[in-house]
Amino acid sequence: MNESQLKEIIMKTISELVTAEQGKQDTGCCTTCAPAAPHVEDGEVPDLSAVDYRQVIDVPNPANRDEYLRMRSHTVARLGVWRAGPRYRTNTFLRFRADHAVAMDAVFTDVPDQVLEEAGLFSVTTMCENKDMYLTRPDLGRRFSDETIAELKKRCKMNPDVQIIVSDGLSSTSVTANIKDILPSILQGLSSAGVSVGTPFFVKHGRVGAMDAISEALGSKVTVILLGERPGLATGESMSAYMTYGGYVGIPEANRTVVSNIHRGGTNPAEAGAFIAELCCRMLKEKASGLDLKV
Amino acid sequence: MKLKTTLNGSSFAFRDIKDVLAKANEPKSADRFQGIAAETATERVAAKIVLSELTVGDLTENPTIPYEKDEVTRVNIDGLNRPMYERFKNMTIGGLREWILDHKTTTEELCRASRAFTGEVAAAVAKLMSAMDLVYGASKIVRPTKCITEIGLPGTLSYRCQANSPTDDLSDILIGVMEGLSYGCGDACLGINPVTDDAETTKRIADGLWDLVKKNGVPTQITVLSHITTQMQAVRNGAPLSMFFQSIAGTQAANDNFGVSRALLEEAYDLARQSCTGLGPNLLYFETGQGSEVSIGADNGVDEMTLEARTYGFGRFFLPFMVNNVSGFIGPETLYDGKEMIRANLEDHFMGKLMGLPMGMAPCYTNHTSITQDDQEMATALLAMAGANYYMGVPLGDDVMLSYQDTSFHDDATLRELSHRLPAPEFHKWMMKMELMDENGRLTPKAGDASIFLK
Repeated sequence: MNESQLKEIIMKTISELVTAEQGKQDTGCCTTCAPAAPHVEDGEVPDLSAVDYRQVIDVPNPANRDEYLRMRSHTVARLGVWRAGPRYRTNTFLRFRADHAVAMDAVFTDVPDQVLEEAGLFSVTTMCENKDMYLTRPDLGRRFSDETIAELKKRCKMNPDVQIIVSDGLSSTSVTANIKDILPSILQGLSSAGVSVGTPFFVKHGRVGAMDAISEALGSKVTVILLGERPGLATGESMSAYMTYGGYVGIPEANRTVVSNIHRGGTNPAEAGAFIAELCCRMLKEKASGLDLKV
Repeated sequence: MKLKTTLNGSSFAFRDIKDVLAKANEPKSADRFQGIAAETATERVAAKIVLSELTVGDLTENPTIPYEKDEVTRVNIDGLNRPMYERFKNMTIGGLREWILDHKTTTEELCRASRAFTGEVAAAVAKLMSAMDLVYGASKIVRPTKCITEIGLPGTLSYRCQANSPTDDLSDILIGVMEGLSYGCGDACLGINPVTDDAETTKRIADGLWDLVKKNGVPTQITVLSHITTQMQAVRNGAPLSMFFQSIAGTQAANDNFGVSRALLEEAYDLARQSCTGLGPNLLYFETGQGSEVSIGADNGVDEMTLEARTYGFGRFFLPFMVNNVSGFIGPETLYDGKEMIRANLEDHFMGKLMGLPMGMAPCYTNHTSITQDDQEMATALLAMAGANYYMGVPLGDDVMLSYQDTSFHDDATLRELSHRLPAPEFHKWMMKMELMDENGRLTPKAGDASIFLK
């Protein structure tokens, strides 16, 4: 959206407000006058979320527009936005609010069953009964009922070299967006290295620590959980892979190896998958993970 | 030491000091999650009343985690100035609150008293304070520090320029830093959180920032916020870091989890003196925030606010250049909504300042809570009245690497105008030389254009 379009939107909004206000006053003070009908035009206000703001420099007369735009267009950070006094311009602020709305809305959705079926994953749930419980009781998001543990032992290959788990975490969108690229890429990398891989499955309402209960239950050497990260404004699709060697309940966070920012705008999921497979092999070789695995 | 009282027709008996401290808290989701919160409004006030009659000595000699069992407790207590402690030992917490707020108590006296108090004492007095008490009490305390430049001087307000990249791309980081500088953000430091925690990435980012700073003569500090052992390796490999950064917490178990200890920080401080670009004496940068211990199950049943104050007692031992509080970063299991986040920020800023720390604040929110942009801005405005040393500056407040919202370059410029405060002196001179800011700290028409650094 350019400046004149924006100005047009603002002027229109103001004029509608003014008209509505006049209408109220008219009816209040003078019974002989009929209120003026507000004039509603056809058409709609342009979609602010459709603007690729990476291609926009709102700074008037920048010292070096070409280079500014080149560098700005390469990053998802909100740059080149200019200001109203020291504050945001109106379109900048409203776009920020629109993106925040997307992120908030994304937290409370579930991964569609179809996505899990296509990825060949069966599903289990942690001890969290719903999203609010998931958000406020992280302890329950790391634990499973005895029945669930028994089911996992029944359905999964025991004592594999590498166990892969997928979980919604704080972004179902991230699972939906990345799973079809990242999972095959990891599996392919591991199979070409001749590593034995356990039965992958999905954990609903999972926290990172859920992987430790699974490491104990299934006896995996390396455990990998692919987990939806809390959404940012630039994307709700970010996924992280947390990896442990010899995981157990209570393992220090420093012993987890992490690959974060996996999404189309960050580390590409297919590439991340290959890297994760490589890390798994290194962990198996060095029998270590996290800070103990100095690379 | 009395742990019982009767209030509003009910009697209350608290188990121990840990119990009194927890129940005296304003509502927090972490306390509810731990099962240690007051169950009724009257019980909460009863705990505050019992707490008000305990003495500084009671809380110091009965730490929430025993001295023999926890390094954070040991550093809190070993870090006390004994003669100063003796002066306050018999004062009640209620009396301490009034002493802090008293017009007769000067800034100098407050600053000198800081090493009389452990985390438990600072937390206790803050639990007896309302929001405006916390703002007023903190506003009386100043804590300047020096690394390469000096920040936290009266009348100044500084910022860390935090232009992170989700791919550690140096060009993305630099254009963000350039834009931040053009808004006057970056006098506390240029501080980048890398995605990849290795010495090579840390050095590559530090080198890039150093080139920018050298080329343009920017008077500031450079930090890359990988794990402290990674930064130490990077500096041994020649990375031009001004100081070392590390997240710290309020229990030994949580610090173990973060891979940090007293011995490691002492080693880091020694290395910084020999090999960092900052001359000090303040050469460390700590990050803290309510709820980190609870979120990793390393809280020992102590409430998150008391643990936060214990963290300050740990950090203070190492003379940090800046302490950066990020209460709000974790999520709704520790601070449920805007009201809890705002309160936590005011508590943390006050407790840190009382204990003699150079507190910078990052009132922030994630996208899985009900906290809104307005809540965050209200916290920021109140903290500016309270006199926080510095804030973050993130492009539009949207951290595209850490996925949360913090203060923005625009907020930084706005706060300076609103609070009539200037950047750190050398940085202000530099801003005026660059024609980005006038002598009163207001942006010029050139400010906001990153490309002045691309000419």
